[in-house]
Amino acid sequence: MTRPVLEVENLATHFFTREGVVKAVDGVSFSVGAGEVLGIVGESGSGKSVSGFSIMGLIDPPGKIVSGSIRLNGEEITARDEATMRKVRGKDLAMIFQDPMMTLNPVLRIDTQMIEAVLAHDNVSEQAARSRCIEALSMVGIPSPAERLVAYPHQFSGGMRQRVAIAIALLHRPKLIIADEPTTALDVTIQSQILAEVQKLCAETGTAMVWITHDLSVVAGLADRIAVMYAGRVVEEGPVERVLENPQHPYTNGLIGSVPSANPMGQRLRQIPGSTPSLGRLPPGCAFEPRCAFASDLCRQQRPAIGPDSGGARVACHHPLSRARAS
Amino acid sequence: MLAFIIRRVAQALFVVLAMVIIVFFGTYVVGDPVWMMVPGDATQDQIEQVRREFGFDKPVHVQFLLFVADVLQGEFGRSYVHGGSAIGLILDRMPATLELALVALIFAVVIGLPLGVFAGLKPDHPAARTIMAGSILGFSLPTFWVGLMLIMFFSVMLGWLPATGRGPTTTVLGIETSLLTLKGWQHIALPALNLALLKISLVIRLARSGTREASLQDYVKFARAKGLSPKRIVGVHILKNIMIPIVTVLGLEFGSLVAFSVVTETIFAWPGMGKLLLESIQRLDRPLIVAYVMVVVLLFVTINLIVDILYSALDPRVRLAGKNE
Ligand SMILES: Nc1ncnc2c1ncn2[C@@H]1O[C@H](COP(=O)(O)OP(=O)(O)O)[C@@H](O)[C@H]1O
Ligand code: SF4
Ligand SMILES: [Mg+2]
Repeated sequence: MTRPVLEVENLATHFFTREGVVKAVDGVSFSVGAGEVLGIVGESGSGKSVSGFSIMGLIDPPGKIVSGSIRLNGEEITARDEATMRKVRGKDLAMIFQDPMMTLNPVLRIDTQMIEAVLAHDNVSEQAARSRCIEALSMVGIPSPAERLVAYPHQFSGGMRQRVAIAIALLHRPKLIIADEPTTALDVTIQSQILAEVQKLCAETGTAMVWITHDLSVVAGLADRIAVMYAGRVVEEGPVERVLENPQHPYTNGLIGSVPSANPMGQRLRQIPGSTPSLGRLPPGCAFEPRCAFASDLCRQQRPAIGPDSGGARVACHHPLSRARAS
Repeated sequence: MLAFIIRRVAQALFVVLAMVIIVFFGTYVVGDPVWMMVPGDATQDQIEQVRREFGFDKPVHVQFLLFVADVLQGEFGRSYVHGGSAIGLILDRMPATLELALVALIFAVVIGLPLGVFAGLKPDHPAARTIMAGSILGFSLPTFWVGLMLIMFFSVMLGWLPATGRGPTTTVLGIETSLLTLKGWQHIALPALNLALLKISLVIRLARSGTREASLQDYVKFARAKGLSPKRIVGVHILKNIMIPIVTVLGLEFGSLVAFSVVTETIFAWPGMGKLLLESIQRLDRPLIVAYVMVVVLLFVTINLIVDILYSALDPRVRLAGKNE
């Protein structure tokens, strides 16, 4: 078996705020192989974005990666200094952000923002960089790319801006793209168009992808594997069919129950009761315990470690759901 | 655009009229200029003759209407003290003042911008705290006191720079300037620094808050995710964004630089129109005061127009909104 493109092991990223230490990411592990799509799913505040920024090396004080390892093609990147890391960013590792209205600089033309991205890593002429940008724009489905290149961001719709951001991410054919809820801010039709195109582009170029979302239905058709995050930890991780069809963690099960398409017509959606806990004041045992229907005394006292199950997945729960109970 | 300009000009005319009325009656209340114009031992007859000659014997509203009639014919009156055309005297002194204000503006940007951007990028750095403390001082210390301290330190104690006057001037394209010689720069350095002090503080604050705000924006994080160097991110992505408010504010402040130059010019004996104004006020030289006011109001209006145009040139969102109209 070939080595995964990205291996994250026991990653912990904490924010040292005035109110105390916020353990936004606390012992997260996952890996992504070449051409593979990993979906990271979880409610807002569960640490998905912080995981993504940790991989990019874009955690600013008061945040800090306190432990763990991130390997890109087998090479450890957490210990790298800023200058070395900069050579990787945008080249081997690219990221697409959630809000396309905010990711492009409003006062710079698209060509300025694209050409600088080319020149940051490749020593080519401006003319060559420009034609590469035009090519990238047409690849993501932007009509008359040569003309659009000299426009300003506000002359594009939200969907088109996100396509520009994706084009920028693809400029150097990165080994891994981290997409942080890139379609959440867009309406449903554009969302599915972009999803389909990104999927196609990654398959063509063999780019591995981490697709972050709070919406299970988005990753269902896109991801090869799914990691479900809760309160800074991965609670369940495995192949997409195994996790969606046979969820072992009560939280995953709750998430699936709250997706409209997973429910028979006319039946009420089953929302998970309660809300995301404050990261500063997590219970000593399982973080999901206050909201869990299966919680026992053991759950209140001892935090469940993540471990392999029989179906090629991993679960962090003292009382994983059986096949019978899930269906 | 045309409607915009017409509205602006109408506003300006109204401001000029209001200012002229205020200044005219203001100087009338302050005192009778005739005492400044006749020798101390003048006889009553001589005094009456001067009064008649300048029209001071008529009732004040008649004097005002006569004055307005003159102005409408392009005649701004003669200086009581210097005898020459009032507007001509002001315009003669204007290049020196504009030169001083311009250099002060350059100082404000060249000194204030890097300090403010640094303070915005590293808000907790000790140097940043020092810069911010300095900018508070810049805001609160009186201009004349700082001017005197500058003279004390750089001219009297160190003897590096001259304390008074303007350097030799050269005429380039019809404009008289002292900026083409080293001596000229030596003369302008202290007064320009003195005049710039408030604006340096202002630019520091604007640049710092702008930089702090911009650094938190997604587009900066995205620029970092592209692998750009910090130099490029600060120099292009952040700077281009913070320059819009700074250029706007500084442009509008240029008028106040001209106005504040009254104090600086007097301290440093800078031969500009501010110094002339102060002398004219002391001597109740009404035509000169009124001419100064009109020139300054016109200057303000022109500056505001230029700033509006510059603003739309810098911000693509404004530029395109105008084009679509
Ligand atoms: N700069 C920061 N300072 C303090 N806490 C932060 C910061 N950024 C993120 N966090 C904390 O990390 C947690 C996870 O955030 P995030 O990864 O953005 O969640 P999401 O899963 O919605 O992407 C949040 O609850 C937040 O409290
Ligand atoms: S460990 Fe216990 S409380 Fe936590 S999810 Fe499993 S059953 Fe529920
Ligand atoms: Mg997020």
